[in-house]
Amino acid sequence: MSTPTPSTEVAKDTSMLQQKAMIAGHYDRLATAREDGRKVCSTFVPGNLNELIMSFDLLNNLPEVNAIQSGLRKQSGLYVMEAEKHGHSEDVCTYVKSDIGMILKGNVGPYGKPLPDPDVLLLCYTGCYTFMKWFELLRERYKCETIFLQIPYEGDGKITQNMRDYVVKQLKEDVIPTLERVSGVKFDIDRLREYLRNSAKAEDDLVHVLQAAKTKPSPIDAYFGGIYYIGPIFGAFRGTEDAIGYYRALREEIDARVAAGQGPVTPEGDMGEEKYRLVVEGPPNYTSFRDFWKMFYDEGAVVVASSYTKVGGVYDFGFRHDPDHPLESLADYCMGCYTNRNLPQRVDMLANYVDEYQADGLLINSIKSCNSFSAGQLLIMREVEKRTGKPGAFIETDLVDPRYFSPANVKNRLESYFQMIDQKRQGGAVAGEAA
Amino acid sequence: MKSFIGIDLGSTTTKAVLMDENAEVLGRGITNSRSNYDTAARVAKQEAVIDTRLTLLRRELKGIPALEGQIDSFLHGLEDGFRLEQFLEQLADLENTCEGNVKGERFAGIEKQVMEVLVEVFRRLRDEAPAMFAPGAERKSDFFRDIAGSRYLTTAEAVAKEADLDYDMLLNVYDKSIIEVENRPPSEDMSGKFLRSLDRLLAGAPEFKVDAAEVKAPVEQALGVELDETYVVGTGYGRVTLPFSKEHIRSEILCHGLGAHLMYPDTRTVLDIGGQDTKAIQVDPAGIVENFQMNDRCAAGCGRYLGYIADEMKLGLHELGPMAMKATRTVRINSTCTVFAGAELRDRLSLGEKREDILAGLHRAIILRAMSIISRSGGISDQFTFTGGVAKNEAAVRELKKLIAENYGEVTININPDSIYTGALGAAEFARRAVAEGARMEGTA
Amino acid sequence: MAATKDIVARCEALFEDLNFESARAWKAAEDGRKVIGYLPVYVPREIIHAGGMLPLGVLGGGDRLEVIHGDAYYQSYICRIPRSTVELGVTKRLDFVDGMLFPSTCDVIRNLSGMWKLMFPEVYTRYVDVPQNFDDELGGAFFRQEMEELKEGLEGVAGRKITDDAIRESIAVYNENRRLVRELYAFRAKQPWKTPSAEVYLVVRAGMVLPIEEHNQLIRDYLAAADAEDRPMRDNCRIVLTGTFCEQPPLNLIKSLELAGCYVVDDDLLLITRWLLDDVPTEGDPLGNLARAFLHNSESTSAKYVDDEAEKGRYLVRAVKETGAEGVIFAAPSFCDPALLDRPMLQNELKANNIPYIAFKYAENSGQMQPIREQAGTFADSIKLWSAA
Repeated sequence: MSTPTPSTEVAKDTSMLQQKAMIAGHYDRLATAREDGRKVCSTFVPGNLNELIMSFDLLNNLPEVNAIQSGLRKQSGLYVMEAEKHGHSEDVCTYVKSDIGMILKGNVGPYGKPLPDPDVLLLCYTGCYTFMKWFELLRERYKCETIFLQIPYEGDGKITQNMRDYVVKQLKEDVIPTLERVSGVKFDIDRLREYLRNSAKAEDDLVHVLQAAKTKPSPIDAYFGGIYYIGPIFGAFRGTEDAIGYYRALREEIDARVAAGQGPVTPEGDMGEEKYRLVVEGPPNYTSFRDFWKMFYDEGAVVVASSYTKVGGVYDFGFRHDPDHPLESLADYCMGCYTNRNLPQRVDMLANYVDEYQADGLLINSIKSCNSFSAGQLLIMREVEKRTGKPGAFIETDLVDPRYFSPANVKNRLESYFQMIDQKRQGGAVAGEAA
Repeated sequence: MKSFIGIDLGSTTTKAVLMDENAEVLGRGITNSRSNYDTAARVAKQEAVIDTRLTLLRRELKGIPALEGQIDSFLHGLEDGFRLEQFLEQLADLENTCEGNVKGERFAGIEKQVMEVLVEVFRRLRDEAPAMFAPGAERKSDFFRDIAGSRYLTTAEAVAKEADLDYDMLLNVYDKSIIEVENRPPSEDMSGKFLRSLDRLLAGAPEFKVDAAEVKAPVEQALGVELDETYVVGTGYGRVTLPFSKEHIRSEILCHGLGAHLMYPDTRTVLDIGGQDTKAIQVDPAGIVENFQMNDRCAAGCGRYLGYIADEMKLGLHELGPMAMKATRTVRINSTCTVFAGAELRDRLSLGEKREDILAGLHRAIILRAMSIISRSGGISDQFTFTGGVAKNEAAVRELKKLIAENYGEVTININPDSIYTGALGAAEFARRAVAEGARMEGTA
Repeated sequence: MAATKDIVARCEALFEDLNFESARAWKAAEDGRKVIGYLPVYVPREIIHAGGMLPLGVLGGGDRLEVIHGDAYYQSYICRIPRSTVELGVTKRLDFVDGMLFPSTCDVIRNLSGMWKLMFPEVYTRYVDVPQNFDDELGGAFFRQEMEELKEGLEGVAGRKITDDAIRESIAVYNENRRLVRELYAFRAKQPWKTPSAEVYLVVRAGMVLPIEEHNQLIRDYLAAADAEDRPMRDNCRIVLTGTFCEQPPLNLIKSLELAGCYVVDDDLLLITRWLLDDVPTEGDPLGNLARAFLHNSESTSAKYVDDEAEKGRYLVRAVKETGAEGVIFAAPSFCDPALLDRPMLQNELKANNIPYIAFKYAENSGQMQPIREQAGTFADSIKLWSAA
């Protein structure tokens, strides 16, 4: 079978080739970690402490990303069913079940090579309840050291000093000493500062790229395409030179597209005329990722901003990793991740996106697996509609469970939504005639 | 004259509406959707054209003094005769097809006998046909398959018995043939059939004191009007399978909203409960959709749920509402899950609850689901229009009215007896506007 | 002395009252009284009480509330308690409530806190974060400060300072309540035929709406009455019910278990009443004491992190041993992340200890008890056969 990582199939810009090589290299390092004498730390995307992990020479393995890769490769359906056979409920998160099913089936990673057992589970409990149970389940299996880092939720829409102190103290007194012990590497704060400095550079370029979507036509799709753009920085590359290079190259490519007045690249080449500009809330579906995307670009719909590209860090309001305040900025990074923000904050963000990116409205892709995102989305839609005066729409799919992707249903709703936008635009003329 | 046609391909029936340049509806047509949307669309369209001819005939015949007060029955007579002609035509097609299918190993050596029996069966069917289309005769369905099917099976069984032939043979031939015939729409020779029908009517209905010369001209006039198929718009669940280009397809939500607006211009909220889905639509004063919600992935609370209940209770779908109306109390039903519907029902029956009361509860449960979907779309604003198959169910309507009053106060509730055509009507209007707005004109396939 | 039947009838009336008339009456009885609602699993009610306010347990709408607007806020794959809670809010059944607390039970309850802020901006609404790190200096310090901020917020609602002395006094009253509930549970574990679980549930549930002092007296009365009454003992097996810590099962479900041959001798219903396992000291820093009790001496549930792998699921095994139970029934609300994600691990621990179990799901408005009666009945029979063998 070929390796259908999305990045190999979209038009092959320099940045894409770069990313492909980076990811392949990472999975290679994981596959040979044991032989190379390297230790592996599993952790989650939201609130991942990649700079800290690298400071201890640990390799970062992200089970969510593995699940996504299994979804894109159409393996996740099997894995989910395998986990359900072993007693996991059909009601719960399919990332977890895909991961567990993959382990039950021999833990062969997305590139066909076995993944190593983790030496440490860094349970950075950020914005998602399921993470806690997921790593309890992995701990039960691997019996390895598990570090729990509680990231308080922004219940009142802000980070209080108490919250920040709590995270910093946990880092100092619990996370860092344990990582030292597991890795055998002494903590070096200057090394951490260096990585954080790298992170900030890449973050600047990422923000530039995502905000390029304010241009008309948008040079990027900030949801389907955005998922590729966030790959390195949400994954195992934040803080690396590789990431700096990647985001610099990407920035140049996007600037060139803006200069040329070009729209986004799709799996079938350049997108046609931009007809609809959308803000999208919620994760995508991965088992039918290409078909799902096609339903948008075939209709000339481009996503100009999305919340999913903020799930591993919200950078567009000015936050950067800060070498001068290393632990505090790690704490603020974690607490600021999208799903760690309360609903009024999320409504503000999305309503502002609709205005600032001159979108036609908010589309919510509600994911069965993910209550952290999904619980309350119907109210979010209503509030954003109220504030922006732009119509919203709601579709339902799942992350990596193919049983929950109904193409006819999704397409029907999307078409209705696009036509509704059309009709509203022509509203004046039609109203005159109907009267 | 220019005509604009909207076609709504539903999961069970396909509807067509034909309107003229002035947005006046001239004809409506309906057929079962079959497995073949393409044919369904053609048949529905043809039915709408037939209905349009009847409208035109009415216009022409209106001025004839001798038909004063008799015009309705005269037109009915014409239509019945036309249906009879059409039926006979399709019956002949079925006969030919059946005869062609008497072949193969199964019939080896008995072909001749089977043929003879078939000839007899179809002779009897032809003979009894006029009675089926006589004035006042009731037909359970207007779909050829339904009428011909049940009569064929009954007649074939009798004839087979008389001829000492295995009835299965005739069944086999029929099964092979009916789908073929059904997927072949009746011939387009509409005028011929109407004229033969006219002759039949004039010869066989002395109550009409009008002479042939007097009506022939206006009838020919009406039949002669050239119906130019100016623009067709398709909608409904099957729309993507239509051989139409994108400009000729509209979402059913939009069509439904516009259709409801055309029926009741003050409509602001539309609820449609169909077999497969439930939709709540908010429209602005011009009929433009402002918001819509549909039932989520799960089909809980759709018309299909009532179908399961009917099956479970061994009742006809249309019997549920009247039975629920007889309830003395409403049993609380918490699950609108179609999968659990049967279990819940049996559980209640085993607890000694009465069927009527359980049914009342089931109807309330469906309407509660619909109320949630309405609430999700933004609630109810005056006026409210209820469409879809479930709008014909009096028990459902009763619960809906109660709940609307409780939650939204006094609201005008519109239910149109022709609400099944709401989507097609909106589509026809879209077709008309597309041309009016100078959109690109393209013939459809 | 009142008979159990009368006490239970009063509790049942409170349980069935979806308009919270008794709490409304309490509030109306004196000017300036305030009511603070809270959701499962745990909030420090002592602080509310110390401010002279009534803590009101909001536990969804049960199987009698018709949910119309609540469903408009939730997809079909989300549990039932938030939708019925929203329904209670939208239909103004909670219009007398001055504040709402949403503990960090799961993402759904967490997000509901933000929804409440958007929907009812005039109500004091707070997400109550609890520690998942059990070190005094880390989780303890954090939680103490969270409670401090909660106290300040509640002071704003109450319109008065909440003093340490007042909190100490409230701790004493709640200590008494916890003792009584523990006594009730111990009594049931010993003589379950005298205290049917549906009755125990209703008696404890009354504490969600009654002033705590009144509830204390109610439990005392019930215990005395139950002790005095003879009821026939049945040949039932003894089970621990688990998974019911948030969305409540319908009362019929609890009844059905006993009818099917299972005495419930321990459960995780209304866990807030037993969350802190011992008396909280009434001397010293009251918030510090509450924080320490939470860290070191509180109940276990799926919504809580277990930092020591060896301890995972042990609490269920202990509950079985201490109450002499013969099996465990996992009853989880449909789509409940904590209960359902945790279940395989808990079951593994039971398996390792040869404790039989069954599992099913419910919703607060489940109407069909037949499958549950059948499963529980079969389970009871198999336990009897198994213990006879």
